[in-house]
Amino acid sequence: MDFEDTPEEAAFRSEVRAWIEANAPKHLEDQLKRANFGDIGITSEDPIQACKSWQKKKAEAGWACLHWPKEYGGGNRTPMERVIWNQEEGLYRALGGLFTIGQGMCGPTVMAWADEGAKRRLLPPLSSGEEVWCQLFSEPASGSDLAGLRTRAVKADDGSGDWIINGQKIWTSGAQNSDWGLLIARTDPDVPKHKGLTMFYLSMHTPGVEVRPIKQANGQSSFNEVYFTDVRIPDAQRLGAVGQGWEVSLTTLMNERLSIGSGMSTGFPSLLSLCMDVEIDGKPAVEDANVRSKLAQFAVREMGLKYTGMRAITALSKGETPGPENSIGKLVAGATMQDLAMFALDLQGQSGVIWEKDGPHDGRFQAILMRSPATRIEGGSDEILRNIIGERVLGLPGDIRVDKDVAFKDIPTSGRKKVAAG
Amino acid sequence: MNLDFSDEQKALKEQVRRFLEDRGGAARMRGVLTSDASYDKELYQGLADLGVLGAAIPEEFGGVGLSHLDLCVVAEELGRVIAPVPVASSIYLVAEFLLQAGSQAQKQAWLPKLAAGEAIGAFALVEGEGRMAPEKIKATVSGGKLTGTKVPVADGDCADVAVVAAKSESGAVSLYLVDLSGPGVERTTLNSIDPSRGQARLTFSGAPAELLGGEGDGWHIATQVMDRAAILIAYEQLGGADRALEMARDYALERMAFGRQIGSFQAIKHMLADMYVSATLARSNCYYGAWALASGASELPVAAATARVSATQAFQHCAKNNIQVHGGMGFTFEYDCHLFYRRANALALALGSVSTWEDLLVERMTAGNAAAAA
Repeated sequence: MDFEDTPEEAAFRSEVRAWIEANAPKHLEDQLKRANFGDIGITSEDPIQACKSWQKKKAEAGWACLHWPKEYGGGNRTPMERVIWNQEEGLYRALGGLFTIGQGMCGPTVMAWADEGAKRRLLPPLSSGEEVWCQLFSEPASGSDLAGLRTRAVKADDGSGDWIINGQKIWTSGAQNSDWGLLIARTDPDVPKHKGLTMFYLSMHTPGVEVRPIKQANGQSSFNEVYFTDVRIPDAQRLGAVGQGWEVSLTTLMNERLSIGSGMSTGFPSLLSLCMDVEIDGKPAVEDANVRSKLAQFAVREMGLKYTGMRAITALSKGETPGPENSIGKLVAGATMQDLAMFALDLQGQSGVIWEKDGPHDGRFQAILMRSPATRIEGGSDEILRNIIGERVLGLPGDIRVDKDVAFKDIPTSGRKKVAAG
Repeated sequence: MNLDFSDEQKALKEQVRRFLEDRGGAARMRGVLTSDASYDKELYQGLADLGVLGAAIPEEFGGVGLSHLDLCVVAEELGRVIAPVPVASSIYLVAEFLLQAGSQAQKQAWLPKLAAGEAIGAFALVEGEGRMAPEKIKATVSGGKLTGTKVPVADGDCADVAVVAAKSESGAVSLYLVDLSGPGVERTTLNSIDPSRGQARLTFSGAPAELLGGEGDGWHIATQVMDRAAILIAYEQLGGADRALEMARDYALERMAFGRQIGSFQAIKHMLADMYVSATLARSNCYYGAWALASGASELPVAAATARVSATQAFQHCAKNNIQVHGGMGFTFEYDCHLFYRRANALALALGSVSTWEDLLVERMTAGNAAAAA
């Protein structure tokens, strides 16, 4: 039990610190400090280019995708070294957000399922940020019930072996900035839903791919709809066997949990400083008994998440594989940040309604309030995560699935009873 | 960084678990609850013989000389079986008071006996309802004689020696060591929500009292020792929370309703998932506490309050929902659910209520320890 660095870790930390000190884009520091949830805050230049150039610089010095093997553009470093890097990168870590899905989920899937040639071609530019990836999983009619997806992949009738894709994906983060997509599609509707799926990757610049940003509830557009109209994909871009898509997707989803980093934050430090700034009855809010009780509640959640992350890293560094127990990170963080934002606005009083970047506390809590509903849904809703904990950690039985042995094409698609005409 | 216990500590944990399970586990708590005994003497002696009472007491004072991390491991196992023994009062508190503030003679007089289970210690601080504060202490010591009433005193019904907070002649809160078998001591056993860890009223009328630590240092020492004890009790709470969750899980797998295992209903499944979340956050916060306790880190006060608040909530959450998952059977005396519910709610008040510890946590974070939470 030790929170301190070992001598090797300390040496690595000082090497990292020196490199970041000498190379980080310091001209962006002030803007990044005022970044809000869902908004990286860079206005002085193209934020996408800012992200890509920092990633490129890191890659050239061997600091990109630290945990990947060197031949795929990684740093071949230990989990602990990766954590130390993340801690030291600090503020500039926000510049990596553009690559999170690609490097955290698509990359590991490619690494596990693609052939050697594809890995050597695809992974290094993903690591260096020259190519951005997105994950084409969710659909309008299949969110939590992902295996119910309807996008079709049909063999071309010209004997080429190519696949023709038609359908629609939704909630695709960063599709508008992506060069590649990891796509799961239905290749056989005559078998039960999990068995008729196949995984592919494709260039997002392929003809017939159309990306339409979604205007979200918080006014931003980070999610997209992606439409496929007769999009042609060579069979060589298939990952896993035909019909094995569900199994392949589990690699992706498991790696979502592996991207533990140093855990999610709930915005607690900002709340604490707010409580010292705003007043109740002429005294700092932090002196109010009710405020203190609430603050303590948020504190133990924030710290509990932080140390849960550290325990997971400890396990990882001992060679254990992080399992479904890591589902608690987002489950706790999502709900906590939403509650925290509501509490912060309450403390701000009537001014809490103001959402101005140059307004009180940079509009930070308003941004969390308006973005956090998505956190509770994306990448596994609170309810799905509770099912995962219940079934895969605690060993409880699965729900009864009425569509389990039914051919996909026979599964009902509407809950509304059909009314006979006349 | 390494946020885990060592293989030796894990082996100790297994050993203590086997020892406790071989002796009946939570059934020992029921045994005390349904008898007139104030604690389980046989079990306590067994723990002493196994060396776990003296785990963190140095060898020169009759202990085993292991670390506080080992004691955390022991505490978790005692919590799992809600052991009906006065270990919190005697070991987490009184032995710690002696180690932190006792003179060589005081340590020699009492630590070997505490480690051997031959004597039991109790900490007498509270004087009635409400949040404890130095100005609420009315007990006084004059000419080496203690006068006043302490209520409630955990394990005050069976203790041989007490550490008592009282005002010295100059009016400063100080700590005193009082031999409870001596003159001027009257004790009354009180009924409580958890009689397996007894509560008593101690009335002192001129009882001989010996200063422990410096005069006027009482509140400061008590705060330090209660921080340390809070982490150990948090481990007991953690063990209890885990066990309550397991009981609920096992029942959800076994019990059928509407033709299915009740654990397949999301209403039950999600309740259990939330219990798991509470217990996991508490465990992680307890690891932080254990590290701070064993290493003497400057974060100890923040870590103690964090572990304390988190583990209290987890145990209460798991214990109450354990009854809920069991339905009507959970409210019978026959089922063990109420044993955990009793202990969870009693431990929630030991060393001060949750709101007291929430207040301490914020005070400590804002007093320059904010970095620990960042």
